[in-house]
Amino acid sequence: MSAHALILAGLDGDRTWRLQDYVARGGYAALKKIVAEKTPPDAIIAELKASGLRGRGGAGFPTGLKWSFMPRAFPGDKYLACNSDEGEPGTFKDRDILRYNPHAVIEGMIIGAWAMGCTRGYNYIHGEIFEIYRRFEEALAEARAAGLLGRNILGSDFSFELFAHHGYGAYICGEETALLESIEGKKGQPRFKPPFPASFGIYGKPTTINNTETFASVPFILGMGGEAFLNLGKPNNGGTKIFSISGHVNRPGNYELNLGTPFAELLELAGGIRGGRKLKAVIPGGSSSPVLPANIIMDCTLDYDAISKAGSMLGSGAVIVMDESTCMVKALERLSYFYHEESCGQCTPCREGTGWLYRVVHRIEHGLGRPGDVDLLKSVAGNIMGRTICALGDAAAMPVQGFVKHFGDEFAYHIEHKQCLVPRGVQDAGSQIYVSPSC
Amino acid sequence: MILTPETLQEFDREIAKYPAGEQRSAVMACLALAQRELGWLSPETIEFVANYLGMAPIAAWEVASFYNMYDLAPVGRHKITVCTNLPCALSGGVHAAEYLKKKLGIGFDETTPDGKFTLKEGECMGACGDAPVLLHNNHRMCSFMTKERIDQLLAELEKQ
Amino acid sequence: MLEIEIDGKAVRVPGGSTVMDAAAVAGVYIPHFCYHKKLSIAASCRMCLVQVEKAPKPLPACATPVTDGMKVWTRSEAAVKAQQGVMEFLLINHPLDCPICDQGGECQLQDLSVGYGGAQSRYAEEKRVVFNKNFGPLVASDATRCINCTRCVRFTTEIGGLMELGQAFRGERAEIMSFVERTIDSELSGNIIDLCPVGALTSKPFRFSARAWELSRRRSVSPHDAFGANLIVQTKHDVVKRVLPFANEELNECWISDKDRFSYEALSSGERLTQPMIRRDDTWQPVSWQAALALAAGCLRDVIQDHGAAALGALASPHATVEELHLLQKLVRGLGSENIDARLRQRDFRADALRAGAPWLGMAVADIHDHLDRLLVIGSFLRKDAPLLAQKVRHSAHRHGLQVSAIGPSGEDWLIPITARALVAPSAMVATLAAVAAALAEESGKAISETLAARLPDKDALTEDVRAIARSLASGEKVAVWLGNLAVQHAQAAELHLWAQEIARLAGEGQAGGRLGFIGEAANSVGLYLAHALPGAQGLNAWTMITAPRKAYVLLGVEPDLDCADGVAAMAALAQAQRVVALATFASPALREVADVLLPLAPFTETSGTYVNCEGRAQSFNAVAVAPGEVRPGWKVLRVLGNLLGLAGFEQESSQAVCEEVLGGDFRARLNNVIGDVPPSTPRSFSATPVPGVLQRVADIPIHFADPLVRHAPALQKTADAAAPVLRLSRNTLDSLGLKAGETVRVKGADAGVAGVELQLVVDETVAHGCARVAAAHPDTVALGPLTGELIVERI
Repeated sequence: MSAHALILAGLDGDRTWRLQDYVARGGYAALKKIVAEKTPPDAIIAELKASGLRGRGGAGFPTGLKWSFMPRAFPGDKYLACNSDEGEPGTFKDRDILRYNPHAVIEGMIIGAWAMGCTRGYNYIHGEIFEIYRRFEEALAEARAAGLLGRNILGSDFSFELFAHHGYGAYICGEETALLESIEGKKGQPRFKPPFPASFGIYGKPTTINNTETFASVPFILGMGGEAFLNLGKPNNGGTKIFSISGHVNRPGNYELNLGTPFAELLELAGGIRGGRKLKAVIPGGSSSPVLPANIIMDCTLDYDAISKAGSMLGSGAVIVMDESTCMVKALERLSYFYHEESCGQCTPCREGTGWLYRVVHRIEHGLGRPGDVDLLKSVAGNIMGRTICALGDAAAMPVQGFVKHFGDEFAYHIEHKQCLVPRGVQDAGSQIYVSPSC
Repeated sequence: MILTPETLQEFDREIAKYPAGEQRSAVMACLALAQRELGWLSPETIEFVANYLGMAPIAAWEVASFYNMYDLAPVGRHKITVCTNLPCALSGGVHAAEYLKKKLGIGFDETTPDGKFTLKEGECMGACGDAPVLLHNNHRMCSFMTKERIDQLLAELEKQ
Repeated sequence: MLEIEIDGKAVRVPGGSTVMDAAAVAGVYIPHFCYHKKLSIAASCRMCLVQVEKAPKPLPACATPVTDGMKVWTRSEAAVKAQQGVMEFLLINHPLDCPICDQGGECQLQDLSVGYGGAQSRYAEEKRVVFNKNFGPLVASDATRCINCTRCVRFTTEIGGLMELGQAFRGERAEIMSFVERTIDSELSGNIIDLCPVGALTSKPFRFSARAWELSRRRSVSPHDAFGANLIVQTKHDVVKRVLPFANEELNECWISDKDRFSYEALSSGERLTQPMIRRDDTWQPVSWQAALALAAGCLRDVIQDHGAAALGALASPHATVEELHLLQKLVRGLGSENIDARLRQRDFRADALRAGAPWLGMAVADIHDHLDRLLVIGSFLRKDAPLLAQKVRHSAHRHGLQVSAIGPSGEDWLIPITARALVAPSAMVATLAAVAAALAEESGKAISETLAARLPDKDALTEDVRAIARSLASGEKVAVWLGNLAVQHAQAAELHLWAQEIARLAGEGQAGGRLGFIGEAANSVGLYLAHALPGAQGLNAWTMITAPRKAYVLLGVEPDLDCADGVAAMAALAQAQRVVALATFASPALREVADVLLPLAPFTETSGTYVNCEGRAQSFNAVAVAPGEVRPGWKVLRVLGNLLGLAGFEQESSQAVCEEVLGGDFRARLNNVIGDVPPSTPRSFSATPVPGVLQRVADIPIHFADPLVRHAPALQKTADAAAPVLRLSRNTLDSLGLKAGETVRVKGADAGVAGVELQLVVDETVAHGCARVAAAHPDTVALGPLTGELIVERI
């Protein structure tokens, strides 16, 4: 881990997640200060704006600005939701945050509740990490017992209830309005916006939703000051970011780096490419971000603006590394299958289009491609893009567009020769079971 | 009563997380609890949960059929879900699944004749750094599943 | 007001409008599937994507709020490209079975694909197949054709009040279904057929019987409940093939109930009476109209000659038209008798001498939305008795905060949130209303009327339920109190009317207070008063005509065993009569048993006529189909009969001329619910003290047995609402009798004095203690005798 780590700093695996450990690391100091000094909400939001913190879930929306959208004088409950429904292939940072530093998230949420006047909150946790959900419930119990949650927090007149809500196998619930529906006990089908959650969220009440890592950053920002946090990164890309690196690297895992760190540095931290093979491509921000070929990504720094300039997205900071043994058609086939499988079925372009995309890629991969299939893929992806209620349609279209754009020749080869450009044996060797020796 | 009083107590604990009148929010948790106790969700179980929460049975059915960790048909005593999504596949997820298929003699969505094991193909579990990854009965995640670890796991489950 | 430009046309729309609303104002059509003006916005089909200035992506017109100065293009290249893209997606998995699809010719997908679809499909993969569902006898499912617009799901939830359908599974496997193959049992279910933009939901009775373009469309009016829904009757070769709603925003909007929609099947029933018949030596013989009418006139003349005019009685169906009722009463009065009535299921007629006018809803149906915030419903099976009125109340309760309270012996689910309810036996209803009046006087600070002050119950009667009702009523400004069919059929109906009037006066704003109303039982429950199909001061009412039998009867559209307050007594009275002349649409077994002359009567589709609905709306209609055989409109038959009897005033040339005699002038001025003081009574039908094993009967009239048409409609008879009657008791009542649920028991009417019937016991906590709910108007329960009264339950 980088020396600059904040959220992941000072952790010792499963041994240091409890309240006492967090407090020993300086945890809850920010909250206690706020409560003691009765820090005005505006001051907190100003500090967040100064920090340049952008949403860590993928969209990168400025957090301070989002918090300022919550209506001030709303009679009745206002809600806070934490999005820990981490299911975008390649992303596994929130699991580690909740596993090793759950109180940072809780503290961040309590501070958020204070700043936005929220009375209730839910942390929506990916169903597949059920053990983490249970641990988070334990952490909540600790916080309640310590007077940090519930009625009259730390003896003040500020009250905030926080609960954990688990998913049960639906990627779409990572979409914030699908998450709200799911909390309400419904299918995770996204809502049309407007109205936005800030005016019509959980049970129709004003609601702010942030990613786990975003909330976990908040206590550190208030501890060190917004400007200091900003300076860890670069302008408009403040602070540290956890990068989940997976795929063909020697040491996959989470690395917390300053935004703006060169990609090459992350690759080196992750032990470089396995088996001495060459880097072929990287998906830099979770499976929905367009793939970038080695030559482009090797010149990139890891921050929102640089990756965007390169034609992709920093997204959730999930870096999927593929070496030369990878068949790009097969890689896309698996991703297209995923989006087809995870489409919620609500709106037409995604419900019908994701299956079409998958079937065409599947056909190409299995030697049944036809001339014109690449154009068909581009056209179908184009017809999904920007036409759906939520971003899943775009998420399904963008990988297709990225893979076809940068690796079109591999697709053409497949169609023409009815087989992969990369020999089967090479692919097979590259995708063997690999577990880092340190695990 | 098709569920034990202990499970119903857990239902109530889940319901208490939500404001009065919004008990429907607990449907995902209650379905998961019911499935944990009964192994799968029969229509009767889903209707029971719906009635417990005062919601239309079809609304509970929508939920149960939407989220893929709910089982709408009986599964083996040990349901093993292997992630084969791209990041896992790059580090052997598919090979781990193939190894399991060979060892258990079944394919995805099949159950061994003795009713002990069901194998499922999973989507991203948010643990790509731990590849190969699999879930045992939804709630236990097994990381870094080399062939040796798969052998160990199966041996352990075989004894249960 | 906001200004918006759509395709270059500037329009002004109120704040909160969507682009779709604005387009409607501008007269611009935007293609759509999931959008429906009466349902919540789904924005999921994406067919209505349009280009909006400054928006980076096309936006759905149905869900995009208008902002001031917005510029929208619905047919720009970008908009059309988006719409065409969506159309292609909709079609890739849609079967190409238009030639065998019932929706063909009236399919939104088919129509729009002409404009937005490609000539050739680019989709080369296998198409999706979805298994069909069994949704019951009314709605057919072709699930593969479904485009998942979810209109049907939203309808069951938002309009029907119960989520009977859902979209299960997800992604491409998403499908519309009910919970584990349950049928759709809503009494409004047929509307999802109209809502379905493709051929996924079609009418089961109509299936494959005609093509949409072969049908003529003619307007009509529902002949069933007092709501008077507007209909389009579709015919092919003058035969009715289908009935659809005629949209009337003031009344039924675009909905009709299932009985409105599917009762047309009865028109081709084998039981139709299609030619005049006379009984000769105990066999029925077809005769000419001339012979039949001559015989009928002769019968009536003879009886009057021998026994006097008071020996003649006439019973008319409240579903008969204003014209028929008017001519019948004219005929009876012309013969010197005052014995005529169309209120066949009523028992207590004391109000006749005390009422100020024709009882009606007391308000316009359209005013429920905007002009009501509290409603008390007394003695009603609201949802099944008046499905569309219930829907209005449901809508207001959900959307406008209308608080609904209820008093009665049955608390079955109306799918309407109920604020307060007093579940009380029929014998306790008067006292309960008095208690509500007392509590309301306390709450509102208004004084009880002098005449009623002495009859107030003591404090003990002011139960928490009663107080909750009073609190709800007192907290409102615009209040209505409605009396339902059970209240009207009640043995103390006049006192219920009196107390309801008092409650309405005490509730609501100002001295006038709230509004009193009657829900009304039949298509012409109001019209029968206006037509004066009522006994005169010396005449006998429907109840006394069957309890003090006459020598001769004229029946108009009556099935006496099923339509009367006591089927046993009615049949006995008719059986002992010397002569019975019946105008009937169906030759029911009961009529064949007691009548001497059967005259085939045209149903609503084969005659012109008028109904006055619950809100006092006179709705005239014309014949839409050719009558089979010798069937004739009732007004013509009665007019000729009047001529044959040599009576004056039977010279009308048209039904309009008949109608003019009744409704000419300001007939609405005759609508009035005011009642004078009714002295208290203890009706004979309730024992003063409860007798063990003796239960008070609570009789509902099942929705698909309420009139002769629905009884003869085969598909309606297969619905859950037409299930065989059972005996419903609360758990307490059941235990006190030592009986078990599911057991079959013998039930006898305490007054019927006959063998009784065998019924299955069902525990039903919505039935008041000490009561037994058993459906009436059903062949299986006729032997129980009167609707109101007591039942004896015995173990077999």
